[in-house]
Amino acid sequence: MAHAETPQTTRRDFLYIATGAVGAVGVAGMVWPFVAQLQPDASVLALSTTEVDLAPIAEGQIVTAQWRGKPIFIFNRAPKDVEAARAVPLKDLIDPQSDQDRVKAGHDNWLVVIGICTHLGCVPIGHQGNYDGWFCPCHGSQYDSSGRVRVGPAPLNLPVPPYTFTSDTKITIG
Amino acid sequence: MEGHSTYQPKSKVARWFESRLPLVGLVHSSAIAYPVPKNLNYFWTFGAILTLMLVVQILSGVVLAMHYTAYAPVSFARVEHIMRDVDFGWLIRYIHANGASMFFIAVYIHMFRGMYYGSYKAPREVLWILGVIIYLLMMATAFMGYVLPWGQMSYWGATVITNLFSAIPIVGETIVQWLWGGYSVGDPTLNRFFSLHYLLPFMIAGVVILHIWALHHVGQNNPDGIDVKSVAKDTVPFTPYATIKDVFAMVVFLLFFSWFIFYAPNYMGHPDNYIPANPLSTPAHIVPEWYFLPFYAILRSIPDKLGGVICMFGAIAVLAFLPWLDTSRVRSAKYRPLFRQFFWIFSIVAVGLGYLGSQPAEGGYVIASRIFTAYYFVHFLVILPLLGFIEKPKPLPASIADAVLAKNGGAGGATVVAGASAPQTKG
Repeated sequence: MAHAETPQTTRRDFLYIATGAVGAVGVAGMVWPFVAQLQPDASVLALSTTEVDLAPIAEGQIVTAQWRGKPIFIFNRAPKDVEAARAVPLKDLIDPQSDQDRVKAGHDNWLVVIGICTHLGCVPIGHQGNYDGWFCPCHGSQYDSSGRVRVGPAPLNLPVPPYTFTSDTKITIG
Repeated sequence: MEGHSTYQPKSKVARWFESRLPLVGLVHSSAIAYPVPKNLNYFWTFGAILTLMLVVQILSGVVLAMHYTAYAPVSFARVEHIMRDVDFGWLIRYIHANGASMFFIAVYIHMFRGMYYGSYKAPREVLWILGVIIYLLMMATAFMGYVLPWGQMSYWGATVITNLFSAIPIVGETIVQWLWGGYSVGDPTLNRFFSLHYLLPFMIAGVVILHIWALHHVGQNNPDGIDVKSVAKDTVPFTPYATIKDVFAMVVFLLFFSWFIFYAPNYMGHPDNYIPANPLSTPAHIVPEWYFLPFYAILRSIPDKLGGVICMFGAIAVLAFLPWLDTSRVRSAKYRPLFRQFFWIFSIVAVGLGYLGSQPAEGGYVIASRIFTAYYFVHFLVILPLLGFIEKPKPLPASIADAVLAKNGGAGGATVVAGASAPQTKG
């Protein structure tokens, strides 16, 4: 520029920077809607709670419900399943977490987990594998009767979704 | 290469147009007068075959989109509607579905050709990298296209592949939700994949133009890997020589393609994709389309989730660095006795990884996958850089013309190998 040798900034420098800044804010403001539209939309969010009646689920049975398009495993565990899950020392687990932390107190037989393998998202098959829980057909991960990963490659336990007991035989997921 | 813009507009109208937009001159210099090395073999026709396949896929795809609906509850039925109700819908769908496989067969031959003859070496690095970008775009396009029929393999393939991004620390889960537009693969995912599946082929076409521009700027490599020294002695004009040869190769390729369309249209597909998508049940044995199998084997061979994803993408990314990983100054494997052996070992390993990717991830298959994965990276990161220093290449011919004459018995006398294959070289 013509004023390159003068040390003090000129009115023109200020105008360049100010114009550029306004332009950048404008571009960012236009980019945001194009990124935000990728997020789950209102119709998807509207499906965010699911009610399940537990009464028909027999002891030892696993029922699959759907919440936010994902399978939810509801497992009415037999006492031996609960005992087996609680007998395992935490240090033997890939993702250490006690069984008590994964169920609601007073409803210890009910295990509610998101039925999506934490490896690459397949749906594990119930009552299979060596730990009275689930076996993933895609890459061979195994989960125990508390939904905790026992054999990789999955890195994490089956997550517990947010849910509450609305009565002794009803839960609301989400 | 310079000095061949020989187009002279003859009519007054052509002169008027040429002085305003030199389009005819551009076509003339790049597809008619363009000098082609005399010694090219049939592996050099795959560029033209790939261009043809891109056109076939765009044309058949545009027609399929006229009959298809990207809406999860009906998409599976719409594909069956194309197969049963639309006149010749079955034909157009089978062309498109098998065309994707043919496209990959051609691109793999094209890539191995480039690797064997050192086509990525200076001054063709940018040309090669543009090719890697086209390959990446092809993989993205093929993956999203496979989701559209909304069968079980579509759904679970999409689930597994999008979940790869959840391996990224901290932001992974958010990225996956943004890819899905929900909390699992669903209707929003299907819609955006359809939109992108329609867009990406045109981006491929754009990069193909850059790829051809780069090719015509530096000139083609050739089986002897030596530069053109004299346009008059070492080359022939693109038309008629390369044009006719390319057309002939395309016809042969189309015969091969047609065999699949008419006699084995589902051979390269998976029967599970004729079951409608069910988000609550994963098929017992998920496999991707055959052209992804080597990378799938690499993904599964690493016992760590993030590590597996890094290795899988790394296996593709390493290709972009090939021009600098290969330290030898000799291009063609014809004159590199050691490299030629390692090239074939690498080819067997790459195909072997494809086989392992199709097998269940258990027992000996896992061990073999790990060994092959390790070798894949050792080839690029250790063997290629070292070979350049260790290997003693054979002497190169003085020119392309000399190489052609020697091969056709001009000097050797007794070694008339394929006299009929290149009669134009006699003169």
